[in-house]
Amino acid sequence: MTLLWLIPLLPLLSATLLLISGGRMPRPLVKWLGAGSVGLAAGAVALLALGFAGDGQVLQLTLWTWMTVGNFSPGIAFYVDGLSLVMMSVITGVGFLIHLYSLEFMQDDPSYCRYFAYMNLFVAAMLLLVMADNLLLLYLGWEGVGLCSYLLVGFWYQDPNNGRAARKAFVVTRVGDTAMALGLLLLFTELGTLDIQPLLAAANSQWQVGDNLPLLATLLLLGGAVGKSAQLPLHTWLPDAMAGPTPVSALIHAATMVTAGVYLIARTHDLFLLAPATLQAVAWLGLLTLLLAAFTALVQADIKRILAYSTISQIGYMFLALGASAFSAGIFHLMTHAFFKALLFLAAGAVIHCLHHEHNIFRMGGLRTRLPLVFWSFVIGSAALAALPFTSGFYSKDAILLSAWSMPGSGPWLWCGALLGALLTAIYSFRLVFIVFFGPANTEPDKQPGWQMALPLLLLGLLSLLGGWIALPLAEVFPAGAGRHDSVNHAVEIVTVATPLLGLLIAYLLFLGQQLSIAALAESAPGRALQAFFYSGWRIDGLYHQCLVRPFTGLAHWWRNEPTDLLYNAIVRLSQWLHRGLSSLQTGELRWYASSMVFGLAILLIVILRTGS
Amino acid sequence: MSLVFLLLILLLGGLLAWLAERVSTELPRWVALASIVTALLVLLYSVSGLPAGSLQALPDPTSGSSWLIHLQRDWMPRFGIGFELALDGLSLLLIVLTLVLGLIAVASSWVEIEFKPGLFHANILWTLAGVSGVFLALDLLLFFLFWEVMLIPMYLLIAIWGHENKAYAAMKFFIFTQVSGLLMLLSIIALAWQGYVASGNFSFSYFALLGLSFEGSLGFWVMLGFFLAFTVKLPAFPFHSWLPDAHTQAPTAGSVLLAGILLKTGAYGLLRFCIPLFPEASQQFAPVALGLGAAGVIYGAVLAFAQTDFKRLVAYSSVSHMGFVLLGLYAWNTLALQGAIVQMLAHGLSTAALFMLAGALQQRLHSRDMRQMGGLWQSMPRMGACALFFAVASLGLPGLGNFVAEFLVLLGLFAVNPWLTAVAALGLISAAIYSLWMIQQTFQGALQGSSADAASGSGEHPRLLQDFGGREMTTMAAMMIALLWLGLYPQPLLDLALPVVESLQALVAANPSIVGVIP
Repeated sequence: MTLLWLIPLLPLLSATLLLISGGRMPRPLVKWLGAGSVGLAAGAVALLALGFAGDGQVLQLTLWTWMTVGNFSPGIAFYVDGLSLVMMSVITGVGFLIHLYSLEFMQDDPSYCRYFAYMNLFVAAMLLLVMADNLLLLYLGWEGVGLCSYLLVGFWYQDPNNGRAARKAFVVTRVGDTAMALGLLLLFTELGTLDIQPLLAAANSQWQVGDNLPLLATLLLLGGAVGKSAQLPLHTWLPDAMAGPTPVSALIHAATMVTAGVYLIARTHDLFLLAPATLQAVAWLGLLTLLLAAFTALVQADIKRILAYSTISQIGYMFLALGASAFSAGIFHLMTHAFFKALLFLAAGAVIHCLHHEHNIFRMGGLRTRLPLVFWSFVIGSAALAALPFTSGFYSKDAILLSAWSMPGSGPWLWCGALLGALLTAIYSFRLVFIVFFGPANTEPDKQPGWQMALPLLLLGLLSLLGGWIALPLAEVFPAGAGRHDSVNHAVEIVTVATPLLGLLIAYLLFLGQQLSIAALAESAPGRALQAFFYSGWRIDGLYHQCLVRPFTGLAHWWRNEPTDLLYNAIVRLSQWLHRGLSSLQTGELRWYASSMVFGLAILLIVILRTGS
Repeated sequence: MSLVFLLLILLLGGLLAWLAERVSTELPRWVALASIVTALLVLLYSVSGLPAGSLQALPDPTSGSSWLIHLQRDWMPRFGIGFELALDGLSLLLIVLTLVLGLIAVASSWVEIEFKPGLFHANILWTLAGVSGVFLALDLLLFFLFWEVMLIPMYLLIAIWGHENKAYAAMKFFIFTQVSGLLMLLSIIALAWQGYVASGNFSFSYFALLGLSFEGSLGFWVMLGFFLAFTVKLPAFPFHSWLPDAHTQAPTAGSVLLAGILLKTGAYGLLRFCIPLFPEASQQFAPVALGLGAAGVIYGAVLAFAQTDFKRLVAYSSVSHMGFVLLGLYAWNTLALQGAIVQMLAHGLSTAALFMLAGALQQRLHSRDMRQMGGLWQSMPRMGACALFFAVASLGLPGLGNFVAEFLVLLGLFAVNPWLTAVAALGLISAAIYSLWMIQQTFQGALQGSSADAASGSGEHPRLLQDFGGREMTTMAAMMIALLWLGLYPQPLLDLALPVVESLQALVAANPSIVGVIP
């Protein structure tokens, strides 16, 4: 369809109008533009998807050639296949629901217009990212979403803490982005193009499996992916990014932007298949991250931080799937995660909205009867997050775990680790449900969510329950047979299904019935130390502060007064010293002049006589 | 002749502006605006009169007969000194940038300058004339003359209309530039002498001196004279230390011109003279130049982060960005050279805008100290949005000109030296650190002084500051559009600059002793 360009243009245009208006636009118009543009884009994507379901034709469109320098000529061009379409549907579909929700959530904010401008800009950039036909345009979207994330995390700019969180988010991801940029440079230098499909074809024909160049290139791309997707070792920005408004966390830091790394690896999977060592690294990084984040989520008290760590953990599952070459399973989990995590964040936002901006779960409680809609949303979302049977998360996570098991070599180990993660996921997600919605009420809600907030919750709840039955058009995109798990024995399957239920039971015993008390354990000295260790996110922030931030600021402070000036000042001082020395010879005394003349003459005579002889 | 008109309009316009001060204080501003607009029109008219297609397909610029416009008159024939001006795609781009930034400089100081506005605008116009001359002159002594002409009015701008420490800054600027200029003069004379030895004719013409061969290390030393003069101007690490002082103390218009175009004369000199005149010596010297470039990128970025003075921060960011230009020039392939040229334009625009913002802030707050700012978005959202735009431009956000430039430079450099590329890429991270830190300190955070006002019981609204009005927003919007254009469709500019790039490439091909460069 030639109207492909309209899809990113709609939100972009709306963002531009909103920005130019500078907040002087009447509020109803802001609403219609802000949410309407994304709604229209969602409609266009739906039409596109219908057409695609019919003929399965990959859509390509070149708007113009960005630049032509030598043989480097990236285009502003789109390439939409099944994978892009899944991403576009999630971005515009979930994005529209979140925009709708924001209409009410942000109602009292004076910067209403700026909020929707940034949100629309984000949607446009994210669409460019997944529609790009070359890596440079993808990089444009990649940095664009980073910028919007920065702007929205620091949306309430009056508080310097929000600004700090926003800068941290941008700078930490930029470290990954720079690695990715180097990857692009390497790929272009070696393969002579950045257009994704020709590039993959060239890589397949020029490189052998296990060569050094694909290893290096994929490691550099992986750097970008771990930065954007908040995986070890660049995950530290995401929990702090919760400083932004909650719908922002739902859209950017749960459903879409943070999964860009997963998309990147899936999009360039041909490269990664040429570098099995990188795929191993992806799997192990995913496993480590998912465990680390799950342990951390277990002890947090801030409702949004729990969800943030759970996002990190779930993206870890996606990385695990990619590492096991189960690309479809990874993308499937990406989609279901977008549904249930957006639902959880929006529900958390409703709790925060109705509870005077309360974030601490221990000051909530008993909300089951007071906010029933939110309660059921949370139950559905948590069930899907924990992968309880027949929810959407169950189908996707099950596929990942079984693929991990089938991975040659280290498969069973990965499976065990991921299983432990699944157990922890069930515990921390139902810990949240039991503490917030059961027991005595510590804070009374002062309002109920209106229809603009309720409708997205309902729809997302439905998707979280039933999303597992959506068939993704990915068969053409990924190699057949990658990450298959037909031959898994039944015992493994049963354990995989049963583990989340065990986690639910443990959470029930620990946090609702209090039948099982770990107070004694938690209050002991090692227990406390361990809690503090988990609570701080395994002290990784502190480590980075000591090893990176302090040396950098120290260096900057040490150099701030321009060390090169020392050299130039030395020249100045030398000439001043000479000036003083020489001018002190001019005393104005005749005797001094006469004697120095005689002295000089004597030296001259000696020189002449010596050279003469 | 149109090129002579162009220079005369600026020179005489300056004189007229000076005299106009006697009529009213407003008149010099209008005279300056009118002169620059006329000069721009003359330039565009003379270019549009050329046969269609000649802009797209410039012939080989190494042969004197086929430039867009070429003018040669005898001046001092006895010494082989001619009055030789010529315009090609590169000089056209740079002169348009010069004149546009000249307009912006006048607009930005519309209400700032009250002391002797006539002389002030005269100096601006003379600086523009000198810079335009530098971009046009092809006789080396004429080039040197313009090189000096642009220096003196800029010195006066800093020394007369500068801020608290202006005498020191102006003197430092003058000495750095003058000493390095002197080295260049020595090199020019040595070069002309070498030409005389080789051909028996004494000439300072660019075309007569191209392709000379040197014995032993002589070529290297002569090249070094040019290199030093141009890298002091660029400025490259470690010759940059005049820049932060000069920028900080200069009036807004001075900073805009200094950052926007005077620095570009250094890059232009390397591109037009230093490399083509001494291809072999430059090739041998390239590793050192690349090292200096990468050092400048990192050093400038780290020091930018350390600053508390808004203008000093932007000045150090210039050092960092000009490091990319040096890298691009000495990586010496099409990608990197084009990147360096785009960087010259993009940096000119983004930094000029940031200096305008600095001037506007200083005018409102009477301070450049960022520790005393904060939360200004609240009272000046339009200004904050502009600052944010140009800050993200300078940190290299894709879609804006600076990204295209830096990416092309890195892309070209990667083929030559991947490790150095990785080092230079660290500049992208540190650029994000200092740019966002700048925004945080000025426009975000809590509004400074509001609590103090409340405590003193004055009951006034905290610091009601005037946001940007129509005049400022127009100039800002023009620069934003230009940066977006550079970032999304730079092709017309790349095409204009292509002949220069190709001629430099041809040097590599023509010279068998130059090896190891990947085309």
